[in-house]
Amino acid sequence: MWLTRPLQERSTQLFLGILFMALLVVSVLHVALPEGHALHVSAYTVTLLGKYLCYALLAVAVDLVWGYLGILSLGHGAFFALGGYAMGMYLMRQIGDRGTYGDPVLPDFMVFLNWQELPWYWYGFDMAWFAFAMVLLVPGALALVFGWLAFRSRVTGVYLSIITQALTFALMLAFFRNEMGFGGNNGLTDFRDILGFNLRTDEVRLGLFIATGIALALGYLVCRAIVASKLGRVSVACRDAEARTRFLGYRVERVQLFVFVVSAMLAGVAGALYVPQVGIINPSEFSPLFSIEIVVWVALGGRATLYGAVIGAILVNYAKTVFTGVMPDAWLFALGALFVLVTVFLPQGIAGLLKRRRKRNDDTPETSSTAEATA
Amino acid sequence: MSIMTELANRDQVFSFLTPTDSPVDVRHGPILYMEDVNVSFDGFKAINNLNLTIDDGELRCIIGPNGAGKTTMMDIITGKTRPDTGSVWFGSRHNLLQMNEPDIASLGIGRKFQKPTVFEALSVFENLELAMAADKRVFPTLTATMKPEHRERIDAVLETIHLKDLRDHPAGILSHGQKQWLEIGMLLMQRPRLLLVDEPVAGMTEQEMERTADLLTSLAGKQSVVVVEHDMGFVRSIARKVTVLHQGSVLAEGTMDQVSNDPEVIKVYLGEDA
Repeated sequence: MWLTRPLQERSTQLFLGILFMALLVVSVLHVALPEGHALHVSAYTVTLLGKYLCYALLAVAVDLVWGYLGILSLGHGAFFALGGYAMGMYLMRQIGDRGTYGDPVLPDFMVFLNWQELPWYWYGFDMAWFAFAMVLLVPGALALVFGWLAFRSRVTGVYLSIITQALTFALMLAFFRNEMGFGGNNGLTDFRDILGFNLRTDEVRLGLFIATGIALALGYLVCRAIVASKLGRVSVACRDAEARTRFLGYRVERVQLFVFVVSAMLAGVAGALYVPQVGIINPSEFSPLFSIEIVVWVALGGRATLYGAVIGAILVNYAKTVFTGVMPDAWLFALGALFVLVTVFLPQGIAGLLKRRRKRNDDTPETSSTAEATA
Repeated sequence: MSIMTELANRDQVFSFLTPTDSPVDVRHGPILYMEDVNVSFDGFKAINNLNLTIDDGELRCIIGPNGAGKTTMMDIITGKTRPDTGSVWFGSRHNLLQMNEPDIASLGIGRKFQKPTVFEALSVFENLELAMAADKRVFPTLTATMKPEHRERIDAVLETIHLKDLRDHPAGILSHGQKQWLEIGMLLMQRPRLLLVDEPVAGMTEQEMERTADLLTSLAGKQSVVVVEHDMGFVRSIARKVTVLHQGSVLAEGTMDQVSNDPEVIKVYLGEDA
């Protein structure tokens, strides 16, 4: 099967091996060591790491469209947030009558706004299977409609980037409105249960962390399978010479649409796993700045490698956690400086650095000299 | 076309009756048929009442000064540009004006660009793999696997275009002439019925040019080949029939000797005083 094909690649085995080792080590250090031990991993840290893994999955999704298809999406935060809202709606319905106002059906913010009944688009979100399906379908459907319109008209490059930015900005403004029925400015919060487990216990937090790790592994595998297939090579072809690809008989806009929709769904899953771990979803996730930040992670980690996106997302967000703790005001300057330095000195990102080193190790002098001679 | 004009048109089968997924019909001889084609860009007539017929298996050279409409003509055939008026048929069944670029490509028209365009990030082998005639829809492409016969076919083409030693190198490192060959190789992988080749020997050495001439002449007969070229020496070495384009229409047609002695052609190429 095409999906399991990447399991035979060394790079994928290495990536999955490191990921599962990390999950195991963190879990063991969290569970087995008593609190106060020097190596004990606190519940706070576990949740923080879970958050990083969500960002990593999001970065992989962006790398799939940007690195391999050449579509610079500055609006992937929108798909992330939509997946998050779908999960948030499920978690809101799970609160039931334990909310501040004790209404068995209506979430707190609706009671506060004097709404008498549940809006139709909240129906079904009390059922886990429905909500989890929506996590995939809502971002996927938006990407399908948006991508169909954009790619059919052959909108690419800077113009597409600007439109994606406008898309996420428009959604942010819409979700800020109370009349939309998604909690407005405050978003959705005060979650209690997921699938019947209490969200506020350490065990469930660890479970969510592990689930996120598995989701990242699966997402990576899906992306890697696409990239390693013939379709992946066609994507690269669309990226580098769109007209030529068309004259070979490929429908470029359908290839773009397919990859874009897959990427949006992965971003939705990342958002859905993010929400129960941070405990809130609000319109700030739609902010254009966040979508740009995702692109910075991928650029730092190295485009068109997938694992580079994971490294970039985790490193930048770790730096952000540290920096905003020490000097909150300086963070954006540091991020900007980092981005400029990497683009100038490491155009292929951190992954490029790893690649260059590996090449130096196993490049035989013979092949490198023929490459030079023919260049 | 409105229904009334269609019904009044007695020399053609009604368009809804023409089968769209049938093989190319060349029983009547021509594989490409262009009639009264006109294209203008902002008032400039790039193609002006162009009539051109290419027979099945023919090798045809098209020459003409800059701006004669050679590249625009290829754009029309491959579906990139839509003419204002006129008709373009592939065989006697397929109306190319109603099809888009991928459909025309899968029907069997391959095109080599003026500037060599290969996928530089992919290896020479992968470039040919993507060009290979296959089901090119999204999901079949996703699940496609490389079969031994595919590999053999790619290796055979690699042999033909003399790039066997560079099989696994990225196409970006190839020289200009090698890129030209790779692009011709990609056309061969498509198994086209008609090859449109735009300036195949630009930037080639004398020796490379000879090899290219051999390659193109060996293709003719099995496939129809249309070559647009500026290099007269090269045209002379391969051409059997030459068409001269000037200001968007056909100025002269015939063998190289006939054409080069035509007073009109001499005037266009050498100026009024010649």
